Amino acid sequence: MSNKVIHVLYNDDDILMDAVRQTRAAHHHIEEIYTPFPVHGLDKAMGLAPTRIAITSFLYGLVGLSVATAMMNYIMIQDWPQDIGGKPSFSYIQNMPAFVPVMFEMTVFFAAHLMVITFYMRSKLWPFKEAENPDVRTTDDHFLMEVAVHGDEDQMVAFFEKTGAVEVKVIDKH
Amino acid sequence: MYTFSSRLKTIAFVLMILGILGVGYSFFTAPKTVEDVERILAADSHHGGGHADAAHHGDAAHDAHASATEETHSHDAVKAHDTTAVTAHDSVHGAAAVAAHDDHNHDAHAKDAHAAHEGHDDAHAAHQEHLEHVLHQQQNKPWAAVYVAALFFMLISLGALAFYAIQYAAQAGWSPVLFRVMEGVSSYLIPGAIIVFLLLVAGVMGWHHLFVWMDPEVVAKDHLIQAKTGYLNGPFFLIRAAIFMGGWIFYRQYSRKNSLAQDDATDNRFYKKNFKASAAFLVFFIITESIMSWDWIMSVDPHWYSTLFGWYVFASFFVSGITVIAMITLYLKSLGLLEYVNTSHIHDLAKFMFGISVFWTYLWFSQFMLIWYADIPEEIVYFITRIEKYNLPFFGMVVMNFVLPILILLNTDFKRLSWIVVMAGIIILCGHYVDFFNMIMPATVGDQWFIGAGEIGAIMFFLGLFIFVVFTTLAKAPLLAKRNPLIEESKHFHY
Repeated sequence: MSNKVIHVLYNDDDILMDAVRQTRAAHHHIEEIYTPFPVHGLDKAMGLAPTRIAITSFLYGLVGLSVATAMMNYIMIQDWPQDIGGKPSFSYIQNMPAFVPVMFEMTVFFAAHLMVITFYMRSKLWPFKEAENPDVRTTDDHFLMEVAVHGDEDQMVAFFEKTGAVEVKVIDKH
Repeated sequence: MYTFSSRLKTIAFVLMILGILGVGYSFFTAPKTVEDVERILAADSHHGGGHADAAHHGDAAHDAHASATEETHSHDAVKAHDTTAVTAHDSVHGAAAVAAHDDHNHDAHAKDAHAAHEGHDDAHAAHQEHLEHVLHQQQNKPWAAVYVAALFFMLISLGALAFYAIQYAAQAGWSPVLFRVMEGVSSYLIPGAIIVFLLLVAGVMGWHHLFVWMDPEVVAKDHLIQAKTGYLNGPFFLIRAAIFMGGWIFYRQYSRKNSLAQDDATDNRFYKKNFKASAAFLVFFIITESIMSWDWIMSVDPHWYSTLFGWYVFASFFVSGITVIAMITLYLKSLGLLEYVNTSHIHDLAKFMFGISVFWTYLWFSQFMLIWYADIPEEIVYFITRIEKYNLPFFGMVVMNFVLPILILLNTDFKRLSWIVVMAGIIILCGHYVDFFNMIMPATVGDQWFIGAGEIGAIMFFLGLFIFVVFTTLAKAPLLAKRNPLIEESKHFHY
């Protein structure tokens, strides 16, 4: 079997969503979809496994909370205790309300930044990386669905032309 | 079309009857005279820990006595100042008198009493004053229990009404399939507001003493309240309440009428009317809600104030209102109704429950931390009372309103499971009842609080009435607002 793929272009996200459902119903294998913006519900329509990034985010948040607690304990209680507003810093728990904003911010900071970095790593993205999208129009206003060719090529092209595509072309991938 | 099942109707009536019995019992058993209080306290002090407690309080009183005169007035004593021998801040005053009282009976800790007061006569006077103080707190208790529950259920329907108005004003596409549920929940606003208004009238008439500033004898001795009488006076208080409640009920009735008229309309005239009315209502609501929270809740502590109190109260009943919408939706769904409501709608409601719970915590903590950090006596007294005398409800409320909702509802998939949403909803509703309990009780019943027959009875009565009114309204109209211009989008809403 050749590694031929079909590139199907759409110019509307609703048409794309319907096309994805039809394609899956016809048992064609969608390799990848390139869109100019995130399309809501596309991952579910494509049948992708649910993302686990929320779990990592939660864990990173816990790390941030722990770091903030340890940090504030060291800075404000162990290393340089001060008497601020008549509240001497002798114990962490007694001064805890004052540290809550820091604990909260660090939780959010760790969760957000580490989640973004995790996402980049999982998506194999780094600075100066060459763009992988096969058609520059997907950065403007077009949606591109890449489908693996199997069986009768002409029949598949005919099928995709009926799904509301603005362009269907067969590409030989190396 | 939903029909109010006779089983649910029976449950509602049983709740109301049991509630009336509970409330009646608590009114009946409330002490009538100082002698009753003396007997109750004597019985209490014979229970194990009484002595140790009293001794401990005695020490506290000794420490605090010197600074006690700073506070010119016990802000939550009702008429305790008739026989004033020692004017003290409430906690100090209460503690000193408990010690004195105990010594008077048992001579066991006389040393402490003498340290706190010079001579037996003073101790005796303080003892009498304390008994009277406790008597007033005990007499307040059933009223306060009814007031907290009446206010809580009325505000739930007001929160649902505000949520409904936001959906209209924002032209939200996901929610129109839930409009009839929201209209059902907000229908309780009419009886609920009338009951709360009658309770406020009863206060102004002097039938109960939840609001100390309504008592001329208290005001006569209190400079701070005297300075506020231009605002805190009976007639103006009731006029404000009537305007607020009248405005809310007017919007509720008007939007419900338009919503029903839209079902049979040929154009979107009624929808547009509701859009405009909702925008106007939200402006009216956020102003009146804020003033309402000062009037009906904050003024039970007339010396204390907090500038974000209105938002804090709003967050509390807003999340309760959304929770009730979610729970009633799930109930109707379990009966096979609301066929267009899918898990995405439930997911969105659960997100609101989660989000507003965090918002509530944010406001609760903002209020707490600023007061805690500044540590100004007239402000911090609010939290000292709650942490010392209401430790369990005060911190338990944070667990129920923040820790448990955030842990239960954090997971995306959990927000779609009915039983999880219902479980989280029950926790949130209990937690916010305790929140209102903590707002009203410390100033009205002090350390005499207890969740007993009166409190549970009041909850049962208003829950029964709430179920009866809400489900009666739900049965009156089709559960789908079928001609709403956004209904198609709402039916196909998916996330």
